[in-house]
Amino acid sequence: MHTLTAYIEGIGLLGPGFNNWPDGQAVLRGQQTYQPARTVLPLPALLPAAERRRSGVIVRLTLATGLEAINSAGLDAATLPMVFSASGGDGENCHAICEMLASDDRQISPTRFHNSVHNAAAGYWSIATGAMSPSTVLGAFDACFGAGLLETLTQVVVDDTRVVFLACDSSYPEPLHSARPIPDAFGVALVIAPQRSPCTLAKIAVSLTDADADRLADAALERLRSTIPAARGLPLLRGLALGGGHRMVLDYLDSTRLEVMIKP
Amino acid sequence: MTPLWLSHFTATSSIGCGLEQTLAALRECRSGLAPCSFDTVDLATVIGEVTGVDAVSLPAHLADFDCRNNRLALLGLMQDGFDEAVRAAIARYGAQRVGVFLGTSTAGILQTELAYRRRDPQTGALPADFIYGTTHNVFSVADFTRRYFGLTGPAVVVSSACSSSARVFASARRMMASGLIDAAVVGGVDTLCLTTLYGFNSLGLMSAEACRPFDAQRNGISIGEAAAFALLEHAPRDPDADAVLLRGTGESSDAYHMSSPHPEGLGARLAMESALNMAGLQPADITYINLHGTATPSNDAAECKAVQHVFGTRTPCSSTKGATGHTLGAAGGVEAVICALALQHGLLPAGLNTRQLDPALELDYLLENREQQVKHVLSNSFGFGGTNCSLIFSRAG
Repeated sequence: MHTLTAYIEGIGLLGPGFNNWPDGQAVLRGQQTYQPARTVLPLPALLPAAERRRSGVIVRLTLATGLEAINSAGLDAATLPMVFSASGGDGENCHAICEMLASDDRQISPTRFHNSVHNAAAGYWSIATGAMSPSTVLGAFDACFGAGLLETLTQVVVDDTRVVFLACDSSYPEPLHSARPIPDAFGVALVIAPQRSPCTLAKIAVSLTDADADRLADAALERLRSTIPAARGLPLLRGLALGGGHRMVLDYLDSTRLEVMIKP
Repeated sequence: MTPLWLSHFTATSSIGCGLEQTLAALRECRSGLAPCSFDTVDLATVIGEVTGVDAVSLPAHLADFDCRNNRLALLGLMQDGFDEAVRAAIARYGAQRVGVFLGTSTAGILQTELAYRRRDPQTGALPADFIYGTTHNVFSVADFTRRYFGLTGPAVVVSSACSSSARVFASARRMMASGLIDAAVVGGVDTLCLTTLYGFNSLGLMSAEACRPFDAQRNGISIGEAAAFALLEHAPRDPDADAVLLRGTGESSDAYHMSSPHPEGLGARLAMESALNMAGLQPADITYINLHGTATPSNDAAECKAVQHVFGTRTPCSSTKGATGHTLGAAGGVEAVICALALQHGLLPAGLNTRQLDPALELDYLLENREQQVKHVLSNSFGFGGTNCSLIFSRAG
């Protein structure tokens, strides 16, 4: 079985009851009780004022988590390729467009249209950070975390480069919410490098497996993991929070999962 | 990179179903663009619609995936023995060792647009027969494809607007090089929907006539739909002379604007240079460039500057969007197949509908087909959000 090995250098986290990685670490270690609360999304300071105000949930998630991970590793966002994986794009915007297209006035606005592409958040990311490096924008429904992690590791290992990986999901309003009930916004970012460095937090080795995905013991955290695709990465974050060596199975497709080993 | 072999490939667009019809249309300089009568669309424009999509029916066990996009995907898979070729690859390598990497921009969003017309007047709920995950969601086309073939290995959709199905070649290249898979089904499928038709119209980027790339009077895109697929395998030690190889992939971001290209084509330049670098080729080695060439004033001007910077003005080039229309998330895949046909048949396809080349865009833009030996070709695909991808394909001998 082939294994892809790399080194995690930075972590960003934002979600219901998770305001950043340091706070999240304490919860995932079990030092603090998990307190579910609506996700608090900071305004993206790097965007020009007008775009900052208009920015949607997924753009705010992307910038907040990505920059947290990169800043904590002491790296420059402008130099890093990014892999962005999400089940859907801007849900509010998608709903507004579908509503207009079903009405007598189909003249949707240009801004709504360019914000409707799945790679809108990646586009704003490169504009905000000045990164001309590649961005790879993926969709894999419930398998987004695993698909993004695999793509990231192949970039790191094959193209021998540092990559920032972002898995971000947000909610649709009704009526789409009932058809795709993602409860809240959740984003996780990992900076992953091909070699060990002074900023290495953990070594990660990933391979495909038929084993079932690990669940989380805490019922509220498990609910997050199972209802938000990006939160399928929580068992990995828990391992990283605990430190030391851990083996875990992360959810991916119905036909295959990811076996992940982490070590200091 | 170690070259990868496009052991099988196929394309279905408004110029034809499969390679034979596609090649014949290119040889005859026939466009598939026609006045738009799609659904209830009331825009004065032309589109590249694929005939017969509505008549396709999905296998019963995949009925949940039924939508225009997956119907077109299946129509595309049925051409040129592609279906059989994938099944033979699965028999050789195993169901977990053949990956799926498909590009789309809007997948089956048409299904949601139609469902919004049938919302419950009291509750606003969508109709009970609407299924989001297997139609609207961008992953639906890759999920459909992997289930159609019974594949169990890595599968993903790349959805970066109009570069989507070029970038899948880069993702597949990496996954194959990593050793996780032995072969990959790559390609792109995008279908007509109201979001893109009314969206491009709102931006003032849609032409009322068949698009005229690089024309002095060019005034916007014509939207098309297509399904294109290739089966990537490691190249045999002694490939046939006309075997088509993927030699380089180049990717970049503009970091400039959401819906306008960098005016100097800076991101496009980086993508082309990085593809050449990966292929170990010089600009002079490239026989033909399949341009992104959407026929908007700013896109063609920016791409021209980028091409001039990397290649000078003498490399033959054209945009085939005058034939197929801009098939958005499928464009990279369709144009990869056109490049493969160019390599195998020694045909540099003319750009259609262009009457008067823009004198400000100095390139060797082909207004007529040219027949000659073709050794290496480069294909450009750029998209909203400033996402760029260039691919290089070569003949083995």
